[in-house]
Amino acid sequence: MNQTVAQPAQPVKLDERVTRKSPLRRLLGRPEIGALIGALALFVFFGLTADTFLTANAFSTILYASSTFGIMAVSVSLLMIGGEFDLSAGVMVTTSALVASMFSYQFSLNIWVGVAVSLAVTLALGFVNGLLYVKTGLPSFIVTLGTFFMLAGANLGVTKAISDNVATPSISDMSGFSAAKQVFASDLTLFGIQVKITVLWWLAMVAVATWLLLRTRAGNWVFAVGGSAPSARAVGVPVAKTKIALFMGVAFTAWFSGMHLLFAFDSVQSGEGVGNEFFYIICAVIGGCLLTGGYGSAIGAAIGAFIFGMTNKGIVYAEWNPDWFKFFLGAMLLIATVVNLVVRRRAEVSE
Amino acid sequence: MSETRAPLVRLAGVGKHYGNIIALQDVSLEVSAGEVVCVLGDNGAGKSTLIKIVSGLHRHDSGTYEVSGEEVRFGSPRDALDRGIATVYQDLAVVPLMPVWRNFFLGSERRRGIGRLDIDFMRRTTKSELLEMGIDLRDVDQPIGTLSGGERQCVAIARAVHFGAKVLILDEPTAALGVKQAGVVLRYIVRARERGLGVIFITHNPHHAYPVGDRFLLLKRGRGIGYHRKDEVTREELTALMAGGAELEQLAHELEGIESGAAEELSAEVKRLGLTDA
Repeated sequence: MNQTVAQPAQPVKLDERVTRKSPLRRLLGRPEIGALIGALALFVFFGLTADTFLTANAFSTILYASSTFGIMAVSVSLLMIGGEFDLSAGVMVTTSALVASMFSYQFSLNIWVGVAVSLAVTLALGFVNGLLYVKTGLPSFIVTLGTFFMLAGANLGVTKAISDNVATPSISDMSGFSAAKQVFASDLTLFGIQVKITVLWWLAMVAVATWLLLRTRAGNWVFAVGGSAPSARAVGVPVAKTKIALFMGVAFTAWFSGMHLLFAFDSVQSGEGVGNEFFYIICAVIGGCLLTGGYGSAIGAAIGAFIFGMTNKGIVYAEWNPDWFKFFLGAMLLIATVVNLVVRRRAEVSE
Repeated sequence: MSETRAPLVRLAGVGKHYGNIIALQDVSLEVSAGEVVCVLGDNGAGKSTLIKIVSGLHRHDSGTYEVSGEEVRFGSPRDALDRGIATVYQDLAVVPLMPVWRNFFLGSERRRGIGRLDIDFMRRTTKSELLEMGIDLRDVDQPIGTLSGGERQCVAIARAVHFGAKVLILDEPTAALGVKQAGVVLRYIVRARERGLGVIFITHNPHHAYPVGDRFLLLKRGRGIGYHRKDEVTREELTALMAGGAELEQLAHELEGIESGAAEELSAEVKRLGLTDA
């Protein structure tokens, strides 16, 4: 006791009680760290329990599964850092694939015309989501819940009305298909491993999003509008524009994912995509994004998507009943959220 | 500089009403460079209406408002800011989860090329600007939410100074702070004055106002009930002039007849308010 009392007598020149952060704490303060530890643990776990898990083949399958959800998780995580949700993201992927497919097919046009029209339509959908949110002032949860159901209904309704079927006819023999497939759904061989091109696109998007978030003014604004929109507005950040842009970012990756869907399978099931929006959000949250906004990272969301892919395929490689996948996913979401919460509190608590 | 320098901000007979409610009536105020004017008043005295007019959030209905001798009618806080009048509100307009330096430059980010942030410059500037005002942050990368209330307040003030404020309006900067933290902010106000800024310091605490103020404007029910230079008024008089002192005393007398315990506590409170230093 005496020692602790005696110590302050020595003039330790500390300004008030600022910063006593060790490098370890700083590391723990990163949004990705929880997900990274989780990913390593899962990797070791499946490596030990599933014989075929540690093969090049399995790895490329896992990467592919991760990339298809990871591409969406990139923009969804940005949106969540910006403080909003988009529940329409899952069906928007299907919408964009349907638009491209049916537009080209019905008007017998080059497939690239459909791809371009789809991009415009999907971006417009994102813009509408954002505009509705900004103009009504309703929570984005409600706004996009509405557009989610509207799109899900329209996907089925329009497809049935036009093609008398719940799926679109195959477009594999149309002009431009093979070139588009090269871009959106081809296979490559890298270092002896067969890799889907979506994996490369995914990594590129993560890199761009990370640079955007941490090194540009736009990224600064994303964190600000999610962390405290009134404060951001008070210092001159264009809050409405930033939010709309984020919704359009989700639309952009939805378009990209839709194109992959279309060119990987050449026909689109109009009922697909429902429920996927939650997987994107789960990837982002496991990756350290706060549900309340203002905190998170694109790299974290990528690790979250990797965890998602590992679990999805790992269960198969471990020869368990894949029905349990969603159970594990839900459990991991809870664990990840709690871990992130605890880690962040530890790292940030000062008073 | 001209010989007869007009005050940075001069209000003369300013009034404001919301519908049929008179929020402010015939209030005058002057702030020159290197001067701290304290606006004192209880809740509902019209302090916030007054700063809303000065900061450009609202327009006055009567009287004149001059900035450096020029009459103005601001349409928005942006207009006021362009004339060098910056307001630091109670909520500070900071984003708690963002690093200190990002908060410092938020909305006015310094860039190299298209969109790319000049992070190095912003980190260094934040650190040196804060150091200038006596806050030595070892790590400008920590989230601003981890700073104490007083430090956060100081960052917000330093930000306003850095971006060219000539007049600082501080809205109850010490209200939510502990004694020591309030001291940090008061010291900062003095530094801002030394740097030649005019400061309008809104508070309801005469113990915070007296040590740093050059002039004191007392508001009550939307009217000015006193405008004093420091040499014309003592701390005790200032306290007594504030609604609190006199009315508490009266309340203590009234309670004396009813319940002795409460009355004693209250009169002790009055004494403490009148005598102790903050």
